[in-house]
Amino acid sequence: MIKLENVYKAFGGQQVLDGLSFDVAEGESLVIMGPSGAGKSVILKHIIGLLQADDGLVDVIGNNMSTINSAKLQDLRRDMGYLFQHSALINWLSVYDNIALPLRETTDLSKSEINERVMEVLELVYMQDARQKFPSEISGGMQKRVGLARALCTRPKLLLYDEPEAGLDPEMSGEISRMIRRLKEELGVTSVTVTHSVNCALTIGDTLAVFEHGKLLLSGPPPEVLNSDHQRVREFLCAPID
Amino acid sequence: MNFVERAGAKYLTPMFMASGFGMSVAVGVLKRLTHVPRRWRSTLDQMHLSGVRSLHVVLFVIFFIGMILALQLGYELSRYGQQEAVGFAVTISMVREMAPVMTAVVLAASVASAMAAELGTMKVQEEITALEVMSVDVISYLVLPRVVALTLVAPMLTLLANIVGIVGGGIIAETQLNLDYDGYLTNALNALAEPGFLGLPKSIYAGILKATIFGFSVAVVGCSCGLQATRGASGVGNSTRAAVRNSIILIIVLNFFLGKLIYT
Repeated sequence: MIKLENVYKAFGGQQVLDGLSFDVAEGESLVIMGPSGAGKSVILKHIIGLLQADDGLVDVIGNNMSTINSAKLQDLRRDMGYLFQHSALINWLSVYDNIALPLRETTDLSKSEINERVMEVLELVYMQDARQKFPSEISGGMQKRVGLARALCTRPKLLLYDEPEAGLDPEMSGEISRMIRRLKEELGVTSVTVTHSVNCALTIGDTLAVFEHGKLLLSGPPPEVLNSDHQRVREFLCAPID
Repeated sequence: MNFVERAGAKYLTPMFMASGFGMSVAVGVLKRLTHVPRRWRSTLDQMHLSGVRSLHVVLFVIFFIGMILALQLGYELSRYGQQEAVGFAVTISMVREMAPVMTAVVLAASVASAMAAELGTMKVQEEITALEVMSVDVISYLVLPRVVALTLVAPMLTLLANIVGIVGGGIIAETQLNLDYDGYLTNALNALAEPGFLGLPKSIYAGILKATIFGFSVAVVGCSCGLQATRGASGVGNSTRAAVRNSIILIIVLNFFLGKLIYT
C-alpha cells in the first residue's frame, strides 16, 4: 500500500530523511518512533503529499507522490484520513459540522446520507452526545476523538496518525490507543502512526519502526523491537527515568 | 554573498514572493466566481462582519473628514470671497477621493487585519493544512466568501459615506462659515451634475468603481497575508501587521492610477 525507497529530504542544510526505505502492506499498522527531530512527521507529510521528496520514491496506493498532479492528489487524499497532533478542528464549526465538512465539500452525498455517515462515525468514537458542541467546549481527548471521526468519515483506505496521544493524560492516551486498535480491527484500515509512547506502539502496532537522523534503525513486531539487542534502540525505548 | 545580494535576499525576495502569492490568490478567487451561489451563506456572514460591524466606524470617521474639509476649504475660500463654493469643493473631494479612500483605509484596519488574524491563526494551528488534507478547496471555502463580501460591501459603505461626509461639511458650512444650508446643498448637487455611466453622476460612479476595486484588493491582501502566516503567535501578529500596511499602500497606489485612468 505504501512504499518508500531511498527517500531523501533536506530543509536548508539539515538532512531530515537520509535514504529512507520501508513498506507498509495493506491492512498493516505501522508505528513510527524516534527522537524529536528524527523526521517522523515529515514521513507522514510525504505520504499525504504535503511535502515532496528531494530524491527517491514515495509510492502511495500505486501513485508516485513526486509526479502526481493536483487533481489526482485530491482524489488520492479522499482515500486517506489524517489525525493531527492537535486535532486541527475548525473552531467555528460544531463537532457535527466539522465531521460533515469533508463530505459536504468533496462528495455528492445527500443531506440524509451525510447525516447517516456522521452519526455512524460519531458512534464509533462515542461522541454522539457532543455533536452540537464546539471544539472549544470539549476536552483535548474529545477533540482527538472528533478528529478521528473526521478522518474516518470518508471511509479511507489509509489512516495517518500524528502523535495521537500528544497532550493527553495516560488514561486518555490509553483510551485513544485502544480506540485506534479497535477501529483497525473493525474496519481493517491500513495505518501509519507517529508516536512517542511505547504503550501506544504496543497497543496499535503490527510493526514498530525506530528512526534516527532520517534513517531506519530497526523494524519488526513491537515486542521484538522492544527486546532487541540494538544498543541505540534500547537506549531510546528504555531510557531510565531519573 | 555581498551586501546587495544579502539585502535582496532579505527584503526583495520575500516581497516578490508575497506579491506573487497575493496575485495567485486574486486569480484563484476570480477563477472560482462560479462557486459564489454555493457560498452565499458564508458570504452573507462575511458581509455582516465586514459591513455592518464597520459601518459606525466608517461613518464616524467620514463625518469628521467632511467637517475638516469644509473647515479648511471654507477658511481658504473665504479669503477670496468664494466661501459659497465650499459645498462644491467638499462634494467633489468627498465623492471622488475621501469617501472611497477613507472607507477602504478603515476596512483595511478593521477587516483586512481581522481576516489576516483569523486565517493566520488557522494556518499556524494546522487547520488550513487539515482542509488541504481533506481535499477541501481552501480558496473557495475560506477566501472567496471574504473577498466577494468586501467587494460588495465597500461600494455600499462608500455611498453612505458620501452622504454622511457631505452632511458633515454642511454642518460646518452653516455653523462656522455662516453659509445657508440649502445653498450649500444646491452647490453640492451642482458638483455632481457631470453625467456618467448608467445615469449616475460621473464622480459617484468613479468613487464606486474605486471602492469596489479597493474592497477586492483589501480582502485579497488580508486573506493572502493570513494564509502565509508562520511561526505561532508572533507570525500571526506579523501577518496582521503586513495585511494593514500592504492594504493601505495598495489603496494609495491604486487610487493614483485609477484617478488618472478615470479623469484623463
